[in-house]
Amino acid sequence: MSEMQDLYQEIILDHNRKPRNFTIPAHANHTAVGHNPLCGDQITVLVELDGGLIKTIGFQGAGCAISKASASLMTEAVKGRTIDEAKVIFEGFHDMVTGVAGAEPEALGKLAAFAGVCEYPARVKCASLAWHTLQAAITEGPTQVSTE
Amino acid sequence: MTETAQPTETAADLRADMLRLREEFPALHQRVRGRPLVYLDNAATTHKPRVVLEAMTRFYAEDNSNIHRGVHALSVRATEAYEQARSTVARFLHAPSASEIVFLRGTTEAINLIAHGLAHCRLRPGDEVLITHMEHHSNIVPWQMACQHSGATLKVVPITDSGELEPGAVERMITDRTRVVSVVHVSNSLGTVNPVREICALAHEVGAVAIVDGAQAVAHMAVDVQEIGCDAYAFSGHKLMGPTGVGALWARQELLAELPPYQGGGDMIEVVTFEKTTYAKAPAKFEAGTPNISGAVGLGAAVSFIEQVGLSRIHAYEAWLLERATEQMQAIPGIRLIGTAPGKAAILAFTLDTAHPHDIGTILDMEGVAIRTGHHCTQPVMVRMGVPATARASLSLYNTQEEIDILCRAVNKVKEVFH
Ligand SMILES: Cc1ncc(COP(=O)(O)O)c(C=O)c1O
Repeated sequence: MSEMQDLYQEIILDHNRKPRNFTIPAHANHTAVGHNPLCGDQITVLVELDGGLIKTIGFQGAGCAISKASASLMTEAVKGRTIDEAKVIFEGFHDMVTGVAGAEPEALGKLAAFAGVCEYPARVKCASLAWHTLQAAITEGPTQVSTE
Repeated sequence: MTETAQPTETAADLRADMLRLREEFPALHQRVRGRPLVYLDNAATTHKPRVVLEAMTRFYAEDNSNIHRGVHALSVRATEAYEQARSTVARFLHAPSASEIVFLRGTTEAINLIAHGLAHCRLRPGDEVLITHMEHHSNIVPWQMACQHSGATLKVVPITDSGELEPGAVERMITDRTRVVSVVHVSNSLGTVNPVREICALAHEVGAVAIVDGAQAVAHMAVDVQEIGCDAYAFSGHKLMGPTGVGALWARQELLAELPPYQGGGDMIEVVTFEKTTYAKAPAKFEAGTPNISGAVGLGAAVSFIEQVGLSRIHAYEAWLLERATEQMQAIPGIRLIGTAPGKAAILAFTLDTAHPHDIGTILDMEGVAIRTGHHCTQPVMVRMGVPATARASLSLYNTQEEIDILCRAVNKVKEVFH
């Protein structure tokens, strides 16, 4: 079962069952929709930006455990952070799930639970969907992203 | 047909023989993530028996040459091998003539060829093209493109909750404006076997062209295009234990004569001048350029292999396996089978109340079980069934009862993780 636990860590299963910030923030002023055509997952990320600060964040949508838990843990990780801080976290997260040498999961706190994803290339898109969607929401440009 | 079925063969004999045949498939005998591979993704593609691999290796090692072009010995042998494969495919489909078999990349290219051709030579504004709600994207998108080009309208036969065509709907939806009826023989996401013979007869009552997508049928049931009464039938080699990148289209001679060429180039011409080119007759007319010669040779070997095993035996064995699988899966609480048509093919699509299909697929993979998850290139079916995706186990003659047991144990593991 250890392989299973490497990927489906308790914290991931918990956030899948009880996603945090699974809400529509009342004062959201930035939003984007992310889509993973491979598995039909769709997620909407809604952000209230105050200057460069992510004041509140919520998400909606349906998907697999990895994508749902990733969205949930992402909202916790970036809430109250600046856009630039969020980008740094995303970079670290992305390196970790794609198995880039020198990635430092320890620096990512709870997000380190996704370290096992790099062993499953087919699931990297699930783990990063929410992050790509967040990025689309808080930067200029298209507000629809697709992982394909 | 060189069918070896003996009237006296018992079910146990049949099972023993299929177990023996399993030995002919090298790729099946490997470990995945430390466990023996249980390959249940046959609707996506099948593994290849040794005879296919050997036929292709032999072709490259001994006969390799371009076809229809050389006077030298190798070119003659290569041409013979290629044309022999065409005859084998014609026999397999019970086609009246080998010259009605066109080698293409696969089902997708075959449907595109016909849709593109009909858009140019037949379809006019106000005409109708009829497909069904359970088509693979490759039997939807080419017709959307054909309709867009010609001004024809696409109509879709609805399906029931069990995944069958709605009773009476084809009859109701065929009108005197219907020019094309294109249906899937066996649905890849539901397993439903459609009454193609009846549908083709209805199409012909109004003079429409009747096309059948046979991608999921040919490896699992005997196909006789004359008995079905269709005007065209398409399939892919790789779902029939042959190589990827090759497939065949059968179409009536008159239809092939009417359709314009799909691509221009070498081999599809009679005379070329800068003023005017005359085209070769079918099938050459549709085989521009150097074709997938080794692929056709491999496909011919695969067809012969299937014929030797015998499709009635394959069908009987797979039906037995499907019954066991269905029974065992249905006994697992929380499982919902998607596609429950009577007499369906050995395709078992399902969802689980507590886990997303993608997570099911990953956990099964950890157990060495290969299934497919997702929309299976049939997004409208997912919407109709109210699911984002399904997990799909699709069986082949080399699968075993033991593998079904492993599948069910693995599904129970999913339930332990996601409860
Ligand atoms: C029913 C059906 N039609 C068409 C296709 C397309 O076949 P290919 O991708 O080999 O062209 C498939 C394969 O996925 C299929 O299952």
